[in-house]
Amino acid sequence: MSYLYAAYIATWAIHVAYLGTLLRRYIRLRDEIAEFNTRDEK
Amino acid sequence: MKRVFPILAVLTAALLSYALYEALIVAPTEQTMGDVQRIFYYHVPSAWTAFILFFINFVASVVYLIRRSNKADMVALVTAEVGVVFCTVVLVTGPIWARPVWGIWWTWDLRLTLTLVLWLIYVSYLVLRRFSSSGQTPLLAAVLAIFGALDVPLVYFSIWFFRTQHPQPVIGGGGSIDPRMLHVLLINWLAFSCFAALVCWSRYRLEVLRREMDETLALEALLEPRGSQSRTSPTWRAG
Repeated sequence: MSYLYAAYIATWAIHVAYLGTLLRRYIRLRDEIAEFNTRDEK
Repeated sequence: MKRVFPILAVLTAALLSYALYEALIVAPTEQTMGDVQRIFYYHVPSAWTAFILFFINFVASVVYLIRRSNKADMVALVTAEVGVVFCTVVLVTGPIWARPVWGIWWTWDLRLTLTLVLWLIYVSYLVLRRFSSSGQTPLLAAVLAIFGALDVPLVYFSIWFFRTQHPQPVIGGGGSIDPRMLHVLLINWLAFSCFAALVCWSRYRLEVLRREMDETLALEALLEPRGSQSRTSPTWRAG
C-alpha cells in the first residue's frame, strides 16, 4: 500500500511543483508590468 | 475567457477527485499484484497524455517550419513543457510500481530506456529554448522536436514488437483487461487530459504576455533617446 500512496503523492508533488513554477513566473511578470507602468507614468 | 477558466478549473478538480475515488475505491483489486496495481490508473494516463502533448508539439513544430507562425511556436513550447511534466510522472511512478512487482527499481529494458531517452530529448529541447539567445532558436527547436517525436511511436510500440521486462499491452495487442478497470482507466485519462489542457492554456497565456512584454521593452529600448542612456553610462573625457 505504501508504494501505491508514494506513487500518487509523487504524481501530485510533481504537478504542484510545476504549477508553483508557473505561479512564480506569473508573479514575476506581473511585477515587471507594474514596474514598467509606473516608470512610464513618471 | 477570464470567467470561463475558473469554472473549468473547478470542474477539472471535481473530475480529478472523482477519478481518484474510482482508482482507489471503486476499481477492483488485481489478483496477482494486489493494491499496488492501482498505480496503473496514474501511470498509464500520464503516459498517454504525454504522448498526445508531444504529438501536438510535433504538429506545431511542422507548422512553424512551414509558416514561421509565432502561435505555432508558442504551442510547441507549451506542449513540450507540459509533456515533460507528464513524462516525469511516468518515469517516477514506473519505478515505484516496479519495485514491489519486479523486485527492482529500474532495468535497461527497451521500453524504459526509450522513455528515458524521450524525456531527455524534450528536456534538451526546453534547455535549448531557455538558454539559447540566437534568433534561430525556434527553428532549431522545431527541428529537434521533429526528431524527438520519432521516439514516441518507438516507445509506444516497443512492447508490441519486442519481449521486454515491461508488461505486454493489456489494451489491444492480444492482452485483456477487466471492463471495470478499463472504465476507471478511461476516467483517469479524461481527468488528466482536462488537467493538461488547462495547464497548457495557462502556460500559453503566460507565454503570450511574456512575449508582449519583451517586445514592448525592446521597442522602448530602440525608441529611447540616446542622451537618456548617459544616466547609467560612465562619461570618459580626455585629460
